[in-house]
Amino acid sequence: MPFPAKDFVGLLRDAGCDFFTGVPDSTLAGTFAALIEQRLFVPAVREDEAVGLATGAYMGGKRPVVLMQNSGLGTSLNALISLNLIYHQPCLLVISWRGHDGKDAPEHLIMGQVMKSQLDLVGIPHRTVAAGTVQADIAWAGEVLHAQRIPVALLVTKGVLS
Amino acid sequence: MKPEAGVLMSRGRAIGVVLDLLSNELVVVCNGFPSREASTHRDRPENFYMIGSMGVAPAIGLGVALAQPRRTVVVFDGDGNVLMGMGTLATVGALQPKNFIHIVFDNEVYGSTGNQPTLSHSVHLDAVASATGYRHVARVREKDALVATAKGMLTSEGPSFLLVKVSQEAHEPDRVEMEPPAMTERFRTAAMGKRGFGSAEPSAGRGGIGAHSDGRTGPR
Repeated sequence: MPFPAKDFVGLLRDAGCDFFTGVPDSTLAGTFAALIEQRLFVPAVREDEAVGLATGAYMGGKRPVVLMQNSGLGTSLNALISLNLIYHQPCLLVISWRGHDGKDAPEHLIMGQVMKSQLDLVGIPHRTVAAGTVQADIAWAGEVLHAQRIPVALLVTKGVLS
Repeated sequence: MKPEAGVLMSRGRAIGVVLDLLSNELVVVCNGFPSREASTHRDRPENFYMIGSMGVAPAIGLGVALAQPRRTVVVFDGDGNVLMGMGTLATVGALQPKNFIHIVFDNEVYGSTGNQPTLSHSVHLDAVASATGYRHVARVREKDALVATAKGMLTSEGPSFLLVKVSQEAHEPDRVEMEPPAMTERFRTAAMGKRGFGSAEPSAGRGGIGAHSDGRTGPR
């Protein structure tokens, strides 16, 4: 049974997250809807722009979250590397895992297969969210951000969030 | 290709002219020579110098502006940078941040990599900014006009876009010496000012998302 997207947003807010940006994806549609309805969402046109917005917000005192489809990870990789990792700019990445298990439209299959290796390669800690452990997953992300001051990714597969 | 050479300021000089007009404004400077020229001319805690992530300077500045709506944020950008991250002009136009000033030093080349031509000779970036909805847009070529226009934008509600046509003259400036993580902390402290001023950290010290590992509760 999926975890309610509104409650997911609520848990992120409880964890102190107060700046939400990104580029929409269908897997996270409920989360985007909740953020937009609560007027919390700052729209971006590209994922690297969203990462830039998040780092600016962080330096302005916010605790940012960037939501994106995993194709956007490719788009934002340079910003994550040469901005966040170099400058120690933490942000929580919520990434939908398109192409998970090789079942998706063709354009998602390769990224779906290599995404975790790509995150490992550049040194971005990640964890795949399960409907039964959402709170613990967010807490884990908070601890790693807190300790390392770098981006941390929560990966969300289809059907985990409503 | 360089009809204006000889009559324009260098980018380094133009950057210096604008920096000399500032008081406590927060400045995000794009990667490449502009950051190095700005830090050489007048380093200040309110300056954030980029060394990578080309094209993202206005996104960073916009994030600061949204997080700190009572502070004026100025972005020093280049023509190659704007062309790379042109979508952000749309985001600025849509969000209409009143405290956001985007200054583009346009020399029509990738000056940090050997003066290869950009597209800004034929694509007028000020026209793009007008189309996306910046509230004030201006194009200047001379120092007096730069000073007058920048002063006007610093005292008006934005978003504002100032295109400064500059020459391709540049002497390789010194590199920024401060380490990037220290830069983040210095700028963050300058941007947040007194703790609690539009930037409360309700869970500082208890390890929420993005909390500081040292749990500090005030600016250093």
